[in-house]
Amino acid sequence: MGAWFWWMIFGMAVVTYIPRAIPLTFLEGRELPETVQNVLRNIPYAVLGALIFPAVFFIQENIWFGVIGAISAFAIAFTGANVILVVLGTIAILSMYGIWFG
Amino acid sequence: MQEHGFSSGLKAGASIAIGYFPVALTFGLLAKTTGLSLIEATAMSIFVFAGAAQYISLSLITAGVLPALIVINTFIVNIRHFLMTAALNEKMEPDARWKKALYAFGITDETFTVLATQPGNKIRTSFAAGVIVISYGSWVAFTSLGHLIGASLPAFLQASMSIALYAMFVGLLVPSMKGNRKVLSLALIAALFNSLFFFTGWLSTGWAIMVSTLASAIIIELVSRKGVAA
Repeated sequence: MGAWFWWMIFGMAVVTYIPRAIPLTFLEGRELPETVQNVLRNIPYAVLGALIFPAVFFIQENIWFGVIGAISAFAIAFTGANVILVVLGTIAILSMYGIWFG
Repeated sequence: MQEHGFSSGLKAGASIAIGYFPVALTFGLLAKTTGLSLIEATAMSIFVFAGAAQYISLSLITAGVLPALIVINTFIVNIRHFLMTAALNEKMEPDARWKKALYAFGITDETFTVLATQPGNKIRTSFAAGVIVISYGSWVAFTSLGHLIGASLPAFLQASMSIALYAMFVGLLVPSMKGNRKVLSLALIAALFNSLFFFTGWLSTGWAIMVSTLASAIIIELVSRKGVAA
């Protein structure tokens, strides 16, 4: 790659940083209207729904990887296991599935 | 030592580090096949630190797209972080602007969800730093490693580890969702909107996540306010 590549990285770094930094610095010490605060408090759980579905089904070409992975993750999480156990347990189940049926 | 500080953050971010491992490794490998040198691939992970945008940039480089357009596309893909950091700001302890400007660099979909779903009222800056350091370290180190070894994991492990970040999202969502219809509805409605956008192709991924999240958050706020008034 040539010099253009480094200019591109610089540009990518700047435009990635802007949406991360502006709200955190600009909103510091500012009280937002209560309705806006309530909507913002809803964001984390809504984001999780959107990040999981439907992308989880398409992690591999074989859709069963995603289906079994999602079911396993929800099942393990519902037992009350902490996040890292959910992650490792789901990987373990999918590894077994992959070895036997992949 | 005070609680919920840096080392608690490292622990909370460990799932992200595991989840980034296969993604970063594959990014390093793809970067190599795209023609990036080790330094170029690693530099992209060091300075940009945005998984989806970095992957897309590789395919755009291969397609010969103008670098300026790649930068614009990166911005569009990452616009959703405006929403996430605005939400995160409500959850973080007040702190000096320069410190917030510093850790803002480390906010990704994954670090955001881990931070924003922490129980308790306010998150300490040092906790956020811990979550970010372990995630960022994993992302950068495994980008280099992927480029260096030039191969991915054994197929079965690569396939099973691709679930890691999604399993983490599920692990973060479920404890709050149990017995809480509001959280369940928020996730469900956003998931339905996002699926609609995905299958119809009406919006690209970056926009789809942002619009479905915002729509769900607003709808639930309107509904729950009505419930209180009634």
